[in-house]
Amino acid sequence: MSYVTKSPWVIHYDGSSCNGCDIEVLACLTPMYDAERFGIINTGNPKHADLFLVTGGVNEQNKNVVKQIYEQMPEPKVVVAIGICACSGGIFAECYNILGGVDQVIPVDVYVPGCAARPESIIDGIVQGLGVLAEKRAAMGSAPAAKTEE
Amino acid sequence: MTIDFLTNAFGFNFGVLNIVFIILFVVLAPLVGGILAGIDRKLSARMQGRFGPPILQPFFDVFKLMEKEGITVNKYQDFYMGAFLFFIILTGVFFFAGGDLLLVIFSLTLASMFLIVSAFSANSPYAEIGASRELLQMMAYEPMVLLTAVGFYIVIGTFNVADVLAAGKPAIIYLPGVFIGFVFILTLKFRKSPFDLSMSHHAHQELVKGMATEFSGKTLALMEISHWYENVFLLGFVYLFIACTSWVSIIIALLVCIFVYFFETFIDNSFARMRWEVAINSSWIVALILGFGNIFVLYFLKLFGII
Repeated sequence: MSYVTKSPWVIHYDGSSCNGCDIEVLACLTPMYDAERFGIINTGNPKHADLFLVTGGVNEQNKNVVKQIYEQMPEPKVVVAIGICACSGGIFAECYNILGGVDQVIPVDVYVPGCAARPESIIDGIVQGLGVLAEKRAAMGSAPAAKTEE
Repeated sequence: MTIDFLTNAFGFNFGVLNIVFIILFVVLAPLVGGILAGIDRKLSARMQGRFGPPILQPFFDVFKLMEKEGITVNKYQDFYMGAFLFFIILTGVFFFAGGDLLLVIFSLTLASMFLIVSAFSANSPYAEIGASRELLQMMAYEPMVLLTAVGFYIVIGTFNVADVLAAGKPAIIYLPGVFIGFVFILTLKFRKSPFDLSMSHHAHQELVKGMATEFSGKTLALMEISHWYENVFLLGFVYLFIACTSWVSIIIALLVCIFVYFFETFIDNSFARMRWEVAINSSWIVALILGFGNIFVLYFLKLFGII
């Protein structure tokens, strides 16, 4: 039995979001929804995180930031794109500076559409992400490989 | 043979009961510490009007961290973290075997130094600021911890934990100021809110995660387990103030330990974080007035034969 599904720590990154989805992500942690019931903690540190929540589309400015956060997270890890902008670019998809959804830069496991995505659907997306996390953990085998950054 | 060797090493009469206490501490402290951490999170959630995670959540966190991939910035950081765990356990072993209080305090300081060196070794700006703040916190609480040992010496006439527990009267009768001062610096040691400067326990984004920023996977799990050992040992110190030979005092001491832990959680949730200057100034003022003042009065009471 794997414990990865029992203590999902998330990191939240605001790409070029209008802040609508960001407020809804933070609303999940308030007493109204209380995501900590399921052990969900907003860490703010990629090295402690299991789930990467991205809001807003990706542009030339933050492309490398998104990549770096993703690469700093230890395996197993799951990316959840929250809001229609993070899924496909949304109404900004045609803009000259927008590359599109988050999946243009890093692999995305769960898409949570909506403008803005409601807290219920965000929590639902995270729960679906936990299923992916458990699959990835099973694929890693019993001994996770050690990685040293020199 | 072994017992003789241990008697020499610890500097007091070493029996089978001491070994039982050592084994109980090494085996049970992480369980008790983890459950205490879970109760702390549940209580905090209730105080904030939330439902809160399950009591066993800290264990789930640690088991999950054990399953994660290990990312080590610097290979020595894991060694220092292992040394932190080792010396924290050693501190508890000295304490629960009834050893020398000074040895306990020096071992605790050494353990904290290893944690700081581990954070410094990562060469990350956030971990370095966290480690510097932890050094300042040590400066803040060390005088009071040493005064606590001095207070016990003046009351009992020895630094041995076993002799303190074998005394006829609880030490708190003579050391009320030292006790309040010790509970004050427990806020620093438990990393609770007015002074959780080095780890950003609740404000996760302030220093990212302070000292713990560069620890991940098993290293972070080791740190959590070390903190559980440390918390149980610190509550043992609270117990030492109240417990003596009578059964009533032992029950009261355990109740006071629970109350102090609840009180620290309450303080944690009712205060915003303060600057490091406040941490140092307030804990030194408390150490001077309550700690040193208590010992000063006690000294003269003994000198004139009043007690």
